[in-house]
Amino acid sequence: MDASAITAPGDRSTFQRSPLSRAPDQILRWGLTTLACAILLLLVYFFIRLIGESQQALSSFGLSFVFGNDWDVSRNIYHGAPLVVGTLITSAIALLIGVPVAVAAALYLTELCPRRARPALAMLVDLLAAVPSVVYGLWGVFVLGPKLIPAEKWVASTFSFIPFIGGASESITPGNYFIAGLILAIMILPIVSAISREVLHTVPQEHKEAALALGATRWEMIRMAVLPYARPGITGGAMLGLGRAIGETIAVVLVIGNAPTIGKHIFSQGYTLAAVIANEFGESSNTPIHKSALFAAGLVLFVLTLLVNIVARWFVRRGARGRTRGGDVGTAVTATGGGFQ
Amino acid sequence: MSAPALPAISARRRRTDKVMRALLLGGTGIALVPLILIIYYLLHKGLSAWTSSGFFTTDPNGNFFGSPGGIRSAIFGTLEIVALASLIAIPIGIGVALYLTEYGRDSAFANVVRYLIDVMTGVPSIVFGLFIYIVLVVAKVGGSSFAGWKGSLALALLMLPIVVRAAEVVLLLVPDSLREAALALGAPRWRVVSRVVLPTAAPGLVTGSLLAVARGMGETAPLLFTVSVAFGLSWNLNGVMNSLPAQIYGDITNPRSVVVTRAWGAALTLVALILILNVVARLIARRSRVS
Repeated sequence: MDASAITAPGDRSTFQRSPLSRAPDQILRWGLTTLACAILLLLVYFFIRLIGESQQALSSFGLSFVFGNDWDVSRNIYHGAPLVVGTLITSAIALLIGVPVAVAAALYLTELCPRRARPALAMLVDLLAAVPSVVYGLWGVFVLGPKLIPAEKWVASTFSFIPFIGGASESITPGNYFIAGLILAIMILPIVSAISREVLHTVPQEHKEAALALGATRWEMIRMAVLPYARPGITGGAMLGLGRAIGETIAVVLVIGNAPTIGKHIFSQGYTLAAVIANEFGESSNTPIHKSALFAAGLVLFVLTLLVNIVARWFVRRGARGRTRGGDVGTAVTATGGGFQ
Repeated sequence: MSAPALPAISARRRRTDKVMRALLLGGTGIALVPLILIIYYLLHKGLSAWTSSGFFTTDPNGNFFGSPGGIRSAIFGTLEIVALASLIAIPIGIGVALYLTEYGRDSAFANVVRYLIDVMTGVPSIVFGLFIYIVLVVAKVGGSSFAGWKGSLALALLMLPIVVRAAEVVLLLVPDSLREAALALGAPRWRVVSRVVLPTAAPGLVTGSLLAVARGMGETAPLLFTVSVAFGLSWNLNGVMNSLPAQIYGDITNPRSVVVTRAWGAALTLVALILILNVVARLIARRSRVS
């Protein structure tokens, strides 16, 4: 029932309010509308200013700002392919590791876990979202990075025949693409898992019961009744995780090695769009073109995450179509930083 | 489980079922490993920093020798910056949510707002930092270039979509019958909102806001471009300030091991603050009438 259809009976003159007593109503209504408009305008204004600040770098390097492979601060040449490639590699690693684990955890928590253990387990998975990124960075630099080197060397030498994994196993440093991807995987896990869980809850109980009644095992029920129904929503959740991975800064800048080159394998040092901004911002203050290049990196990052998020939201909304009005799945969960409801 | 009339499940299907169930359980286990490891190391390395003398009562001093100082200014800086950010983000966020639930409803404009707010949650925090840097820091608005209140604004931008979405979900849970009852009694809209909708939804709104505050508290990137870093304790939000995330970030890259230990202590403090907010939010959510 739409409450806005029910207003005070204004057509009856006995109940007609004086214009003065209606004033607060109008103020509230238009005040709130203006507020909503103002936020949109603010975002547009920011976007235009960001384009303006990137102008210098974009006009001097053109398309090679994104596709050229030469980021050299000392010669003032800013061709950002190493950053873009680094961003894509680390995000891909994060998705490859994070999404299967997150979906497995979501499936276990919604379909298999004993009912009494559910809230506690779900809360623990969500807790990962409460750890700030700088703490992940701290842990990555001093614990995970050093401890993983032997394992990385072993993998690099044992599976040297696989492209992008083999090669230079002697020169593996604590900071590299893989560890950055691994930390990102941990960071996107609670988001992807929380959204998947919400989406899995929307699978109609009848579908599951029908599958079981036809003699399906639990896994067959998940594979044939649950997953097909929830797939768009889970895809959307994974893409929201991707957006997070692309934009993550502080944890990555600490563990990626900050080398402005395209690494030959996943254990080489690299750079990402977000990391370059955080790392070079201080030193760029006296070189306008350098600063402009960093703003341009921010612009590319912004546009990239915007595109990923727009597609992701579309998927999540499609997956949750027909649920409660406005309160679509996922948004509420991500909004609260991964559950804790 | 299976009714007697059904044909027996073949051994192969049974095996697949077992294996897949084990895999899903294993996935859940793997998901918990990093959490356990991080908490273990935070306690292991952070508690020894907590017990060092003056950890909570002195400011970092930047000396190359001797005691590096504590984290007092960082704790207060974080609290000040986040408090101001909350004062900005929570009223505006709840206002926008009220627009969406009470006035906009399913109108095209409301849906555009909703969509953009969702997209806003995905904007990387560093980009918000850059926005504020371009608009406020470069222009030296307010007299100084880097300032605490500019950091608060960056955090507020980040918290705003979180508050809006959480508040909207809670406001939608307020039964329409309550609104209709108030309207039928002749109450104007603004009274319905202020006397019926907001009080009913209050606990949920507090929960959503606290979660947003917890989220803003841990952000580092926006602060680096807007507040910069300082050593001393400052109550002046129009100047550079220290903050826990910025201090941890600075300490990580420091070669002195005492400073790195301080980073662990500061990290434990930060996580503890965030967890307290989360637990309080959960307790309030449990007591609330709606949600």
